[in-house]
Amino acid sequence: MTNTLRAPYDGVVIAAPVTIPYVRYSIESAQWWIGRALSALVAQAGIKASDIDGLCVSSFTMGTDSGIGLTQHFGLCVRWLDTIPLGGASAIAALRKAARAVQARDADIVACVAGDTNHVDSFRLTLENFSRFNQDAVYPYGAAGANASFALIARNYMRMFGVAREDVGKIAVAQRANALRNPHALMKAPLTLEQYLAARPISDPIHLFDCVMPCAGAEAFLVMRDETASSLKLPAARLLSTIERHNAFADDPMQVRGGWAMDVDELYAMAGVKPDDLDVVQTYDDYPVITMMQFEDLGFCKKGEGAEFVRQHDLTIDGDFPHNTSGGQLSVGQAGAAGAYLGLVEGLRQVLGSAGPTQVRNASLALASGFGMINYDRGLASGAAILAGPSR
Amino acid sequence: MIEQIKPPRRKNPLLRTRLPASPPRPRSRISHGFTRAAAEGRFMLQRCEACGAFTYPAREACPSCLSAGLAFVDAPRRGVLLAETTARVPSDVYFRERAPWRIGLIKMDCGPTIVAHLHADCAEGAAVSMSLQLDKSGQAVAFAHPEAETPNMADDKQWREMTADPKFRRVLVTNGRSVIGQEAVAALKAAGAKTVFVGIAEPWRPFAGEERLRGQDGIEIVTLDAADEKSATDLAADIGGKVDILVNTTEYVRPGGLLDRRGTSIARDEIDQAYLGFINLAQAFGPAMRMRGADGINSSAAWVNILSVYALANWPAFGAYSASQAACLSLSHCLRAELRPGGVRVMNLFTGPVDTEWFQTVPPPKVAPRAIAQAIVSGLKNGLEEMYVGDVAEEIRQRLAANPKALERELDR
Repeated sequence: MTNTLRAPYDGVVIAAPVTIPYVRYSIESAQWWIGRALSALVAQAGIKASDIDGLCVSSFTMGTDSGIGLTQHFGLCVRWLDTIPLGGASAIAALRKAARAVQARDADIVACVAGDTNHVDSFRLTLENFSRFNQDAVYPYGAAGANASFALIARNYMRMFGVAREDVGKIAVAQRANALRNPHALMKAPLTLEQYLAARPISDPIHLFDCVMPCAGAEAFLVMRDETASSLKLPAARLLSTIERHNAFADDPMQVRGGWAMDVDELYAMAGVKPDDLDVVQTYDDYPVITMMQFEDLGFCKKGEGAEFVRQHDLTIDGDFPHNTSGGQLSVGQAGAAGAYLGLVEGLRQVLGSAGPTQVRNASLALASGFGMINYDRGLASGAAILAGPSR
Repeated sequence: MIEQIKPPRRKNPLLRTRLPASPPRPRSRISHGFTRAAAEGRFMLQRCEACGAFTYPAREACPSCLSAGLAFVDAPRRGVLLAETTARVPSDVYFRERAPWRIGLIKMDCGPTIVAHLHADCAEGAAVSMSLQLDKSGQAVAFAHPEAETPNMADDKQWREMTADPKFRRVLVTNGRSVIGQEAVAALKAAGAKTVFVGIAEPWRPFAGEERLRGQDGIEIVTLDAADEKSATDLAADIGGKVDILVNTTEYVRPGGLLDRRGTSIARDEIDQAYLGFINLAQAFGPAMRMRGADGINSSAAWVNILSVYALANWPAFGAYSASQAACLSLSHCLRAELRPGGVRVMNLFTGPVDTEWFQTVPPPKVAPRAIAQAIVSGLKNGLEEMYVGDVAEEIRQRLAANPKALERELDR
C-alpha cells in the first residue's frame, strides 16, 4: 500500500442520519422534501436551525434553485455553501467537502442534504435534459435513458468476464431480502432468483429487477468536529478516509472499471484498515452489475472475479458480507440525488448502532461508495468513504 | 437476416390514422456539423487541427490537447460493434411506438466510440460501416450498417425510418410534360413505387413522350397545372390522402436578366410557375402529407424539389430565372420546417443547366434528365436533404464555399 500525502480527517465526525421515507410519486416539490430533511436533522440533533452554518445540497428537480436560493427559502444563514450536481457520487463528494470545511473551521455544523421529488413526468424530463453529450449523442438513440447505457456496459462486462444473469441476480435478491426488514422500502414483496430471471426485459441484458424505481424522498446527515458532537451529546461516527475520482480510464473503449480502481489503495491506507476489516458495505447499486464491478474495484476481489465473489458470499444482513442493508436503491427506490446518500446514511446508522430492523450485529466499520453521471457512454464520477462507529 | 417488407394492404378508411411523433430534437449548436454532413450523405467527424485526433460527441475543445480547432472533416466509416442492446421500454412516444429498438456502441477505427442506431444485420464483434442520417426530427444521427451488402438490406425497420424509399409508396410527379418529369416517373417505378401519379396540364393536348406514360401499369395521368390554385386543390381533394412522395418537377426556364427585358410579364410568368406553383402545391398537398408521416409502410415520406444551382448564386445570363429559383429555395426551407412535425423530408436537388431546349445555347457539360431522375431515387433511398447533380452544380457548391465574391464576379461573363 502506498502512503498518502493527504492530511488525515482528524476529528471529523458524521452524525444525525436522516431519511425522509420515500413515495413513488409526490405532488410536492424538491424544496419540500429538502425542507423536511432539514427539519428532521435539526430535531434529531437537538439543535436550532440557526446552529447550521454550512449547507451542501444535491437535487435534480429543484428547477432554477441552487443552494443559495435554499438559504433564504429555509431561513438559514450560513458561512459555507455548496451545491453538488454529481448524481450518484453526490453524497461522498458532499461529505469530503464538508469534512474539510469543518476541519479548517470554515464552518462548525454542515448540513448535507439531498432530495428530489418525482412527479409523474419528472423522470422523463431528467433523462431528456441530463447532459449535453446525452442530449446530442445518447438520448436521440432510443430514448431509453440510463437503462440502455448501462445495458451496453453490462453486456460487455458480462461477456468479457463470463458473468451469468444468476450472478448479478443474487445481488438483487439479497437486497430484496434486506429490504423486507426496512419498513421504508418501497418494495414490499419477496423476490426469488426465479422471479428475477423471469422478469421482463427492459434493455437487454437489463431486466426489470436490475432497474431502480424512480421515486421522491430525501436523505441527510450532519458533518462536524468531534468536540462539537460531544458538546451536543450527539452519537457520531468518525470519518477515516475517502476517495473521489472523475473521468477515470478514459481510454478504456468500454467501462469495465470505475474510478475507485485508481485510488482504492489510498482509501484503505488512509483509514488504516483492510477490506476484510469492514463490517458492512454499502455500494451504489443502480444496476447490480455496477455493484459487482465495485466489489472488484473496491478491493474485495480481483477484476473479473466479481461473480465468483458473489457466489461465495451471503450478502444479506445476517450473512458473511452484509451489503446494502437497507435494501439499496434496487429495493428502497431511487429518490434522485438522494439515491447517492442512501448507502452512506444507512452505513452511518449501522456504525452508530441505530439501524433498527436492518442492524448488522456489532457493526463498527462501514464503507459506502458512490457512482454517477452517465454523461455519454460511462459513469464518470466515483467515490467512497470509510466510517468508524464510537465502539471502534 | 431481414424479411422483405410486404406491400401494404388497402387502408381501412374507418380506422384512425396514427399521428406522427418525433424523436428527441434538441442538439447543441456545434453538433449540427453532423446535420450538415448528414444532409449531403457524408460521414464527418471532428478532427483536431493541432494533434490530429478524431473526437466524438461534438466538442468545443480537443480532449487530447485542448485545441479549439475542431473542424468537421470526412472520416473513415469503419468500426467494430462492441456491444448492443434492445430498448424495449423507451421513455418517449416516438421510440415507445417503435420499440423494440436496437442501438449499439461502435469503436471507430479512427478512434472515438459512437452510440448508433443499428441495422438489424449488425453483429456484435463484427465490423460495421457508419453513416450519418437525418432522423424524423430532421436531426443527424449515427447509423451502423453491416460492412457488406445483406439480403433485403433496405427493408430494415430502423433504416426505413431514416429514409424515404419509394418502394411501395405512391408518388406524385407534378409535371409530366418535361423530360425530367418523364424520366423521374420511370426511375421511381423502377425503384418499386406502387403508383406514380403524373400531373399534366390540359391532358387532352398531346405532348412528346406521352406514350411513355399512358396505359402503363402503375402510372396514372392526372390533371394538374401547379400555377393554378384551383387545379392543385382539385387534385389534392382527389388523391391528396395517397401522395406519399411529391416530386416537384415544375420547370420554367427563360433566359435574360433585368435590363434587356421590357416590363415584368416574363418575370411574372417565372414567379407564377415556379414560386406560386410551389405555394399552390404545398398548400394543397402539404397538410395531408404532414398528417400521414407515420401511416405505415406507405406513410408520407418526402417532398422533392429540383432547383437550379443558380438559386445559390445568381447567373446573370439567366438572372431572373435564378432569382425565381432562389425564392423557391427559400420557400423550401419554410416547407421543411412546416413538414418537420410529420417527419416528412424536403430534399432539394441542385442542378446545373439541363440538356433541354431552354438551355440550347449553353455549352456543355449539361445534366442529362435521366441523371436527375436517378439522383432523386438515390437521394430518397438514402434519406438525403441536399444533392448536387452534375459537374456544374458540384463546382458551384465548392466555389461558393471557397469564396462567394469570386463566384459572383466570375458568373458575370
